[in-house]
Amino acid sequence: MILEGKKAIWNDYQKEIADDKYYYVRSCVRQNFFPGSETAFLKIMREELKKDVYEHPCHTTCTGIGYHGDIVPVETTMTVVARQFAIMTEAGYENLLPSCITSFGLYTEILDTWHHFPEVEEKVRRQLRKATGREFRKPKNLAHASDVIYKFRKEIASKAKYKLVNKNTGEPLKVVDHIGCHYAKMFPSKGIGGAEYPYVLAGMVEEWGGNVIDYPERRHCCGFGFRQYLVQANRGFSVACSKEKFESMKPFKPDMIITNCPGCPMFLDRWQYVINEMEGKRYGQNEEGIPVFTYEEVAGLVLGYDPWELGLQMHQTDCEPVLDKIGIDYSPEDKYNLKIIPSYSESRSLINV
Amino acid sequence: MEKFGFTISKGRQIDYESNNRRIAEYIFENEPSFRLCFECGGCSATCTTANFTGFSLRELNILIKRGENDQVRSTLKKCMLCGKCTLVCPRGVNTRNIVVLAKQAFQKSDEYEI
Amino acid sequence: MSKHVIVIGGGVAGLEVAGQLSKVGIEVSLIEKESKTGGHLNNWYKLFPDRRNSSEVKEYLNGITANNGINLMTDTTIEKFNRSRSCFSITTNGGKELIADAIVVATGFDLFKSARKEEYGYGIYDNVITSADLEEMFRKGEIVLTDGSVPESIGIIHCVGSRDEKVGNYYCSKLCCVTAVKQAIELREHLPESKVFCYYMDMRMGGAFYEELYREAQEKWGVNFIRGKVSEASETIEKKLMVKVEDTLAGRPLKMNLDMLVLMAGMEMSAGGEKVAGMSGLKTGENRFFAAADNHFGSNKSNIEGIFYAGTCTAPMNITETISHARAAFTEVMEWLRNGKR
Repeated sequence: MILEGKKAIWNDYQKEIADDKYYYVRSCVRQNFFPGSETAFLKIMREELKKDVYEHPCHTTCTGIGYHGDIVPVETTMTVVARQFAIMTEAGYENLLPSCITSFGLYTEILDTWHHFPEVEEKVRRQLRKATGREFRKPKNLAHASDVIYKFRKEIASKAKYKLVNKNTGEPLKVVDHIGCHYAKMFPSKGIGGAEYPYVLAGMVEEWGGNVIDYPERRHCCGFGFRQYLVQANRGFSVACSKEKFESMKPFKPDMIITNCPGCPMFLDRWQYVINEMEGKRYGQNEEGIPVFTYEEVAGLVLGYDPWELGLQMHQTDCEPVLDKIGIDYSPEDKYNLKIIPSYSESRSLINV
Repeated sequence: MEKFGFTISKGRQIDYESNNRRIAEYIFENEPSFRLCFECGGCSATCTTANFTGFSLRELNILIKRGENDQVRSTLKKCMLCGKCTLVCPRGVNTRNIVVLAKQAFQKSDEYEI
Repeated sequence: MSKHVIVIGGGVAGLEVAGQLSKVGIEVSLIEKESKTGGHLNNWYKLFPDRRNSSEVKEYLNGITANNGINLMTDTTIEKFNRSRSCFSITTNGGKELIADAIVVATGFDLFKSARKEEYGYGIYDNVITSADLEEMFRKGEIVLTDGSVPESIGIIHCVGSRDEKVGNYYCSKLCCVTAVKQAIELREHLPESKVFCYYMDMRMGGAFYEELYREAQEKWGVNFIRGKVSEASETIEKKLMVKVEDTLAGRPLKMNLDMLVLMAGMEMSAGGEKVAGMSGLKTGENRFFAAADNHFGSNKSNIEGIFYAGTCTAPMNITETISHARAAFTEVMEWLRNGKR
């Protein structure tokens, strides 16, 4: 592998990311999947980086799941999205910061559609006006939450308590970066590093001391695919997708997987359990699984947050092998001790209005 | 084991590395014109069997070359060996002989001769 | 009265037209941006379809351009372009001004920059090379991987930068299929133990003796042809290149590992040609090549009287076609000098 070649591509695909004053829109599913992630994100943004991140209680789903599941027609989706923009506009913000990759992809797609078909935008404006009486400005900047963590990766590194390094060997951890499909596959120019060699997570991993693994099936989808997963009979296809990835990454002996999508960490995590149940196969070292994390969880770990406050007990594939390799101080007996309440001061009141 | 209500789907990708191409090698050796097929489908168009079953000599050629032997074995016997395909082939492939040789090759592989 | 013609570009087309013009006593200035003439021919090993050595064609071109007093200007580019009535003046990078009665544009083509097809990993994965890189290996007589070992399995991807909306090239570069077949044969000649796979969308064997070469590749050299566009290449832990392609004739996706991957780079309008177009007002087509005044009977004529085209600056052509096209340009220039010019 020729790193210079990759660097040239990474340079080609950079994008503008707002510096402060973000309007944060949450994911529908992440709070069920890995509830600590968004909380950790807000804590990092507000308490570590001192950024203004605003949330509004009236924001709803972007309907991405319904849209990709062929349940919600695109015009409805656009009108719902227009309403999100309206609430952002009313709150006086213009930098949209979605937590969900599919939301990010959907917002990007809608803004691009309106760019090419202004008459569609006009129609949506009329519909929103009629339904809610609201008006909106389009976001001045649209960046996914992982873009923002990428932007501030150096600041996070400077405050870090731990590095993604094996404390016993001194070697960087081998990290698989898995990018949500809707991050850059639809609009390569909107993703840091583009679609073929995304840099958004690789940049964090590098900065925090780890090494990224380039394995053959890195572009492959985790298999979530909305409807494909939602129908039980289709789940065999879904799990097979993840399995293809695990088989491909296994020879590289990855220590962990980092992801930036709501679905991917869920499926890469849970399917390891399912595959082990069905076929008795494990893909990590020492007959263990490969721990899977969201980028917020990794940032939190690096910053020295308590693993159980980050919600890592919600992972079905145990995260302890990585915690031990890094040398993170944690209390095994508190793993399922619900008395531990996140000590996040400001973000405890999760909505800031 | 937990009852999940589904099983892990098998891939339909041709995995060239793990496939075995000894059937193809046997045919190449004994009927070099097999290399000349460029998959025009003339053989399948004229084929009596192809018009009534899922049999396709064109597809069979490619599957043999890729080493998808299980699929080849199961469809091979549908051929009636009439030889009409040989009349059509623009590349002069001895198509009928390919079927004959493929059958031979499977028999030899069953008897561990190839 | 002596006439002066400027030929821009010293590749096959430029040399041919300069040679023909000088032979009949026309004063010719031949402008070449490189330090020597010959263009892409200098980088080629053997030529399709008969696999003669490319140096034989170079010898022919050197022969027709010798001894007739052609004013050869190498390392020269055009910085200024002016036209007054039917006279042209050109200022070179050296500050020299040339006045001419006619101009022949023979700026040729550039090979598609294969790194633009990011998914194939040119410049990222070791042992992903272009057709031009392979020619260089043939000329050196050494086909080796970056670690010095000999490749056992080699894949050739057709249509890299051709017939591809993603890179803005709708057209077929026409020569890559036969180049792939030629190189596949040469690989098998150099490395008899190797296996060679061509991944193609269509085999466009339209030239004289091309189909025969394709047949030879199958029959004599056992080259494997897989119909499908490779979607991506990646590196395995053993440093092999894994490619994914649909075997469209089997109707199934296929993956396989290779030691070396050769990208059949297509042809694009040259950067030099674009520069000339920009300063002269010569029209280019949707494919960005120079647009001929008429596709059937005016393929050497431009939208400006007195400026003519020769060779691949108008469309992908092989050497035979390029030489014929250059000779046709010669006829058009002579007609212009005798009867057209006011």
